Amino acid sequence: MTPSATHRAIDAVWRIESARLIAGLTRIVRDVAVAEDLAQDALVAALEQWPESGIPDKPGAWLMATAKRRGIDALRRRVTLERKGELIGRELEILQQLDRPDLAAGVDDVQDDVLRLIFMTCHPVLSGEARVALTLRLLGGLSTPEIARAFLVSEGTVAQRIVRAKRTLAEARVPFEVPGHDELAGRLSAVLEVIYLVFNEGYVATAGEHWIRPAVCADALRLGRILAALMPREAEAQGLLALMELQASRLRVRVGPGGEPVLLADQDRARWDHLLVQRGLAGLRRAEKLSGALGPYSLQAAIAACHARAGSVKETDWPRIVALYDGLAALTGSPVVELNRAVAVTMAFGPEAGLELVDSLADEPALRGYHLLPSVRGDVLLRLGRPAEARNEFERAADLCDNERERELLLSRAVACGA
Amino acid sequence: MRFMVLVPGSPESEAGEMPSTEALGAMTKYNEELVKSGVMLAGEGLHPTSRGAKVRFNGGERTVIDGPFTEAKELVAGYWLWECASREEAIEWLKRAPFDGGVEIELRQIFDADDFGEQLTPELREANERLRERAAQN
Repeated sequence: MTPSATHRAIDAVWRIESARLIAGLTRIVRDVAVAEDLAQDALVAALEQWPESGIPDKPGAWLMATAKRRGIDALRRRVTLERKGELIGRELEILQQLDRPDLAAGVDDVQDDVLRLIFMTCHPVLSGEARVALTLRLLGGLSTPEIARAFLVSEGTVAQRIVRAKRTLAEARVPFEVPGHDELAGRLSAVLEVIYLVFNEGYVATAGEHWIRPAVCADALRLGRILAALMPREAEAQGLLALMELQASRLRVRVGPGGEPVLLADQDRARWDHLLVQRGLAGLRRAEKLSGALGPYSLQAAIAACHARAGSVKETDWPRIVALYDGLAALTGSPVVELNRAVAVTMAFGPEAGLELVDSLADEPALRGYHLLPSVRGDVLLRLGRPAEARNEFERAADLCDNERERELLLSRAVACGA
Repeated sequence: MRFMVLVPGSPESEAGEMPSTEALGAMTKYNEELVKSGVMLAGEGLHPTSRGAKVRFNGGERTVIDGPFTEAKELVAGYWLWECASREEAIEWLKRAPFDGGVEIELRQIFDADDFGEQLTPELREANERLRERAAQN
């Protein structure tokens, strides 16, 4: 193997092993920051040795053994260097933890460790941004520059978020465990939120030049698939995965040849990714079997499934979509859901009913400055044969929109309304 | 990117023999690992070719040839569909599969419009899409 081929292979091994490695080390030393440093040391050792020795037969076991040995060596060296032979208490503790045979490291346990790590990096003690950065770093295996690119922020900002997040977890003594029954629902919803936030950043980029970024969606899908496989009895974990698979099935036709957004009504449905559609529908069936009343992600998946099953906008079961939005609005009380419901009502029962709903949201504080409010209103007005007012709304929406591609689309819709 | 992994048939699979409990156990464990790592999208085993058929195309003529087929090296006994970040990742996963005895497992990348990269200009892409549309109408 050439050196660059070996490096690509090491990257691949790292992507496969890093989450399990960091999770296993966290179980041993009870500190994610220390665990990640040890894992990084092992990666450095692999980069030094594998180009010569070749990739070992069991790279995961090699990385774990090397991480522990290097940790022990470094701590012992400090004992000799500092002569007094004294390590501060915490370091001594880590040395003992690393030096002990790891009896708990069965295969099933490794998967449990990954689940514990997910609940740790998505812990409510962290800010939303910190949860996202730390989860992508420790479970997604993404580098700091990759995370920075995904969220269009500087590398320094991401690095700082990660350092602070690890410190916060240590200071708050967040335990390395899957939450117990009482806490589980709330904590799981925090995990789901992080994954869906990542997905949406790829699906509708809030800012920047590109409207979608499929690589970011792929990272979220992978995390969603891991979580759904690790928690097969949790309906909402299945529901979120189903939702993401169904939405991702449209990714390839969501942008036109010039990178411009293509809305659902104009998409070539034959070119949806039908493997993902099937996986999404199967995931939704699993979620439905597991739960009595559908949770918010499963409801959104059920709405996406109505679109996935329909051959065209006209053939879509809009009354059912309205009913599902009713359920979602009751659960979330979210004005954004109400706005989506207004779109469905327009399609199911006509634009008069839709306009009434949109106008009832006009003073909603949460929707102030949200470009989709005037955009939806413009669409409804156009259906009512009031193009001059519609044009105003589309222009207003374009002013409020931060994504360049979407702004262009809104301006072209304004122009299409005529004078 | 998506990959298809093609598992070749063997005299045993062609005879309809089921793998040993031990081999099934190893494969189940491997599949579980693929699923829990978010890699596996689909995967199935295929019945022996004695239950399959071939259709030969020649002008307007269609000839049906019933199985079994003998050229064992070309037989497929199962497949996986994987989602991986790179060809290298797919290879690393495949290296972990519980096979033995000199068997060779084939890994193939599945086509995606993105594979054409910048060579597929917006104009070409559009032309391609028009072709597809026309093909769909035929």
